[in-house]
Amino acid sequence: MPRLSADARHTVRFILNGREVKGQASPRTLLSDFLRHQIGATGTHVGCEHGVCGACTVDVDGMLTRACMTLAVQVEGCAVRTVEGLAPAPDRLSVLQAAFRRHHALQCGFCTAGILMSLDVFLKAVPDPDEEAVRDLLSGHLCRCTGYTPIVRAALEAAAELREVQGETTHA
Amino acid sequence: MKPAAFDYVRAESVAEALAVLGQEGSDARILAGGMSFMAMLNMRLARPKVLVDIMRVEPLARLEVGKGALKIGAGVRQARLLAFDGLESGAPLIAKALPFTGHAQTRSRGTVCGSIAHADPSAELPLCLVTLRGHVHLKSARAGRKVAAEDFFTGMMATAKADDEMIEAVSFPTPKGEGTAFREIARRHGDFAIVACAALVSDNGIRLGVGGVADMPVARDIPLLDGSALDDALNALAWELDARDDVHASARYRRELVRRIGRSTIEEAKRCRA
Repeated sequence: MPRLSADARHTVRFILNGREVKGQASPRTLLSDFLRHQIGATGTHVGCEHGVCGACTVDVDGMLTRACMTLAVQVEGCAVRTVEGLAPAPDRLSVLQAAFRRHHALQCGFCTAGILMSLDVFLKAVPDPDEEAVRDLLSGHLCRCTGYTPIVRAALEAAAELREVQGETTHA
Repeated sequence: MKPAAFDYVRAESVAEALAVLGQEGSDARILAGGMSFMAMLNMRLARPKVLVDIMRVEPLARLEVGKGALKIGAGVRQARLLAFDGLESGAPLIAKALPFTGHAQTRSRGTVCGSIAHADPSAELPLCLVTLRGHVHLKSARAGRKVAAEDFFTGMMATAKADDEMIEAVSFPTPKGEGTAFREIARRHGDFAIVACAALVSDNGIRLGVGGVADMPVARDIPLLDGSALDDALNALAWELDARDDVHASARYRRELVRRIGRSTIEEAKRCRA
């Protein structure tokens, strides 16, 4: 039974966006801080630090996860996905990101990384959601700029586009 | 907001977790999904010396449909229960209440037993456990015991669990033929309830659970009344719960919600049974 001492820093290893990473963490180090300060993955934002705002939402082993309410040592050996992993290439946006851009679904962008991660995981499980389902999902995020309407539009349009792409691949 | 320092133990069995609790007593706390407890740590409302992570203890992730009850191990996350095939037919009240528990982003990691252990008076799962007359299975290195939900919750975020005990599982009875309904009022969907009501209606009468008003979830049995007799019973219950003013709502508003949401929840449970 591993017991990690409060006074020491411990090596934590996990897969981040498909690549193995490691860094040093105290037991009390939050995953959000670990990603930003140890790994340098600053795409995940830190808002309220008590699980209310949703800005730090990431994907851990397919589970939506508030990085501020998760310890770095808890994700040892897990597969973590963050907003840095969404774009297929450095100069290309994902379908969802492109829809956000078209619809002005972000203004200051602080909440955006978390919302993109929620929608990315959600649209895989629910490829054809109605507006109510999207709004229910977005209840786990705070956005103070957009009023949510452009986010809902972008999400529904991205879902439709992804279904089309999926359909083409299936029939090909 | 960052937690104060603590040792972190990744338990590989229930016995290991219980050994740490036995040695460290109130200095040790169990960490499951962390969706309530990590917030307490970040705000330093809790400052344990040792955290015992139980999420890699496989036997705790059991979800069993037994004789007349659904038994949910300490490692079962809320999203898994919500997606469980037999939930709607076996435990319709929980199927109705769970979508109100937090958000998709917290149900994904938060556990059922963790919400029971946290014992927030406005949380949905403790309310369902009390309303359904469920049980909490506690375990320590010394012994195990089974506590009725109504004896488990003892006050605002306070429970009958001793320092060296952990919740190993909770069981929700799955009665047949009862009408069920769940309703709540919150500022935002997924926020903690200002008032939440859970109703069961059978031939024997009505059982109404109310959360968010008293310092713990409370359930009362009411005869099969309707009309103004039911209103009178709900009014008596609204006063009995001793609502307080707080930043979210006044005591008077909460009493009014108990009367109105209580009534509409009972009506819905009656329709559901018919």
